[in-house]
Amino acid sequence: MGLFIAQLLTGLANAGALFMVASGLSLIFGVTRIVNFAHGSFYMLGAFVGYSLLQILPGMVGFWVAMLLAAIVVGVIGVVVELLVLRPIYRAPELFQLVATFGVILVIQDLALMIWGAEDMLGPRAPGLKGVIRIMGEPVPTYDIALIVITPFVALALWYLITKTRVGILVRAATQDREMVSALGVNQTWLFTGVFFLGAALAGLGGAIQLPKGGADLMMDFNILASIFVVVVIGGMGSLPGAYLAAVLISVLNVFGVTYIPQSTLVLMFVVMAVVLMIRPYGLFGREEVAGEHGQVGEVERPFKPAGLNARLMVAAFLFVLALVPFYGSTFSMVLITDVVIFCLFAASLHFILGVGGLVSFGHAAFFGGGAYVAALIVTYSETPMEFALMLAPVGAAMAAVIIGWLCIRLTGVYFAMLTMAFAQLLWSLVYQWGAFTGGDDGLVNIWPSDWLNDTTVYYYLTLIVGVGGILLLRHAAHSPFGYGLRAARDSARQAEAMGIHTKRVQWAAFTFAGAMAGVAGGLFVFSKGSIFPSELEIARSFDALIVVFLGGVKTLSGGVVGGAALETVKDFLTRFEYWRMALGLLIIGVVILAPEGIVGSLRKARESFGRINRPEGEV
Amino acid sequence: MLELTAINSFYGKAHVLNDLSLSVERSEVVSLLGRNGAGKSTTMKSIMQIVTPKTGKVTFLGEDITGMPSHRVAKMGLGYVPEDRRIFTDLTVLENLEVGRQPSREGAVTWTLDMLFDMFPNLAERRQNRGKELSGGEQQMLTIARTLMGNPRLILLDEPSEGIAPLLVEQMANVILQLKEEGLTVLISEQNLHFAQIVAVKAVIIESGTGKYVGSFDDLNAKPEIRDAYLTV
Repeated sequence: MGLFIAQLLTGLANAGALFMVASGLSLIFGVTRIVNFAHGSFYMLGAFVGYSLLQILPGMVGFWVAMLLAAIVVGVIGVVVELLVLRPIYRAPELFQLVATFGVILVIQDLALMIWGAEDMLGPRAPGLKGVIRIMGEPVPTYDIALIVITPFVALALWYLITKTRVGILVRAATQDREMVSALGVNQTWLFTGVFFLGAALAGLGGAIQLPKGGADLMMDFNILASIFVVVVIGGMGSLPGAYLAAVLISVLNVFGVTYIPQSTLVLMFVVMAVVLMIRPYGLFGREEVAGEHGQVGEVERPFKPAGLNARLMVAAFLFVLALVPFYGSTFSMVLITDVVIFCLFAASLHFILGVGGLVSFGHAAFFGGGAYVAALIVTYSETPMEFALMLAPVGAAMAAVIIGWLCIRLTGVYFAMLTMAFAQLLWSLVYQWGAFTGGDDGLVNIWPSDWLNDTTVYYYLTLIVGVGGILLLRHAAHSPFGYGLRAARDSARQAEAMGIHTKRVQWAAFTFAGAMAGVAGGLFVFSKGSIFPSELEIARSFDALIVVFLGGVKTLSGGVVGGAALETVKDFLTRFEYWRMALGLLIIGVVILAPEGIVGSLRKARESFGRINRPEGEV
Repeated sequence: MLELTAINSFYGKAHVLNDLSLSVERSEVVSLLGRNGAGKSTTMKSIMQIVTPKTGKVTFLGEDITGMPSHRVAKMGLGYVPEDRRIFTDLTVLENLEVGRQPSREGAVTWTLDMLFDMFPNLAERRQNRGKELSGGEQQMLTIARTLMGNPRLILLDEPSEGIAPLLVEQMANVILQLKEEGLTVLISEQNLHFAQIVAVKAVIIESGTGKYVGSFDDLNAKPEIRDAYLTV
């Protein structure tokens, strides 16, 4: 009994930081409609800034002053991010904003590395709260008790601010209808900035306040991201009580999980989320999201056109050049191109559901890594020939996509995105924690192709044929009746339904198809590297693909492929520098702000305006 | 007081307002008439700069407001009541009113909660109810009250009689007449000719985003051919 209560208290204490970070995210989303991926970075900054402040500010008063100052400093950083990165793109489509915040993550990662170095920092203990008190014989850290007491006060203060003050009323009004708030004389730009300050400060406070329990390290940003998403999704977007309840639920569950089923702690969180969402699709306290609320209707989609003769000839010529690479190129160039082609297929498959299907998935790495793991596990545990394992990779990925798709497709927009990401994390944590079967963090090694394929040149051709074939297949599907149905569901689900298209089923099928193609890429990947690690299932991997699709251009068919080639090549170049993440992050932010149409889209626009100059009006 | 000069407004590529000009003088109640899709709501939005006219000019109190952010237009004393109500359904009646509140303005009536609750007794009873719990008519009253909280000099009413019960239409007409008595300038868009005649003296008729007629209702009644051409279905 004593142990039970002690653990319950630990769980409640852990919920403090989680609640603060998650409520900040929820608040920012509510008003700005932006899912701030950089929120984990604000949390991390809170820890680092708090750590530095604690070096200067001694004593008990110093400790709490440092906590508050850390929150304010991070809040100000949040304002800087809002002003420089987000303000120019408030009217841009959702995905652009997401990608921009991802760029911010990269920049902050390297900034933190520059300032605080790569070493993990152990948080100092809180002065005056260093000891433990015994509850029924079990030791409970005094600091935990302090957190349990403080958190409800923070929650209460927030609740008061939101429900009772004029600012809070405006925030809630803006959550529902920004345009109307503006028409009533409220300058919403400053409202947005204020909310961003508050949200970032809450994340910073969460980061600082957990210092005595954890510390500060460079992995904190991604590590907390999945948890806060889960909390926000379970609690319901924009709901403070929901966030608190969910934070407590997850934290307590986690503590008990560590004790009783230590192998499944990470998985547990996602299982709970899946169960909650199956019963209440918009979270415990959430309300249904209305697509295209006032003032946020996107631009009209332009139809994809089949490639013309010129384009076909160009692609054919380009493929011909690629086919001849083994005759004039180096081994290195073949390895690089193999990587690029695999990545392009992965990106093209994401583009299929994202660009053609209009479903923003944040967890596409699940199918890439999933396919790779299926092939690797089959080769490792059975005498299956490699060729057969390669064929089973897409089958495995498709099976995962069928299940995940069934659970996710019923949701839309941000909920869909977060849910897909959570399932990808679930898969990642399964692989990561089930070390006995999957090798865990050490991965699976010695996964080489059969002898006849085990040669850089031969494998290069295999990749080229399968990869390009896959891309062409995806392209073909976009132009088939199935693709028409999918696009119809994207552009107007209601009209598509009225025409007799079962939109959800079409989307589910597309999700599965895209998953299978990502699985093909994963299979090719594992045999080209000879090994596979859980990092191929990580959030960062899903993001890679998202960025690529975005860089290439969402609204163009070739976007995924062009973006994939561009990113892999740029990365190959950038990773030679120490602070390549910052460079890449700035590049991404730059593209979002300056060339939001992506590479292909911008080229097309340039060509069109060029054409208009050459061709006087009226003469088309 | 308010002047539109040859404005052209677009929704994406659709050309909705075509060289539209109109003017509203101080303390005047002007009715903007036209069929469904004639461009009445877009005119309202173009005045409010929710839709920014591509060409042409909108001046208010002698100042060019074309391209100005909506919140600054509102701060100048232009009140906007949208046709689709757009009350904040999760907020209570009092909170809705709070969103609209602005400091009092020289040369305009300063509205207090008491004055508004006198004018809209239903709202007084339901002040703690959330917006979504109100009936359609009550929601319409709330939108007007919310805009009045901003102490406007001129109020834009976009189809206030649309979609509410006949009994409430009469109440709505009384409200507008009351506003007129307080000296407020009103531009009201309507499809309902009968309703428009009760509250307004001057009529502006538009069709396909272009002005077709400007004049008094007396004058309009003497020219049934205009009414038949642009108003009856």
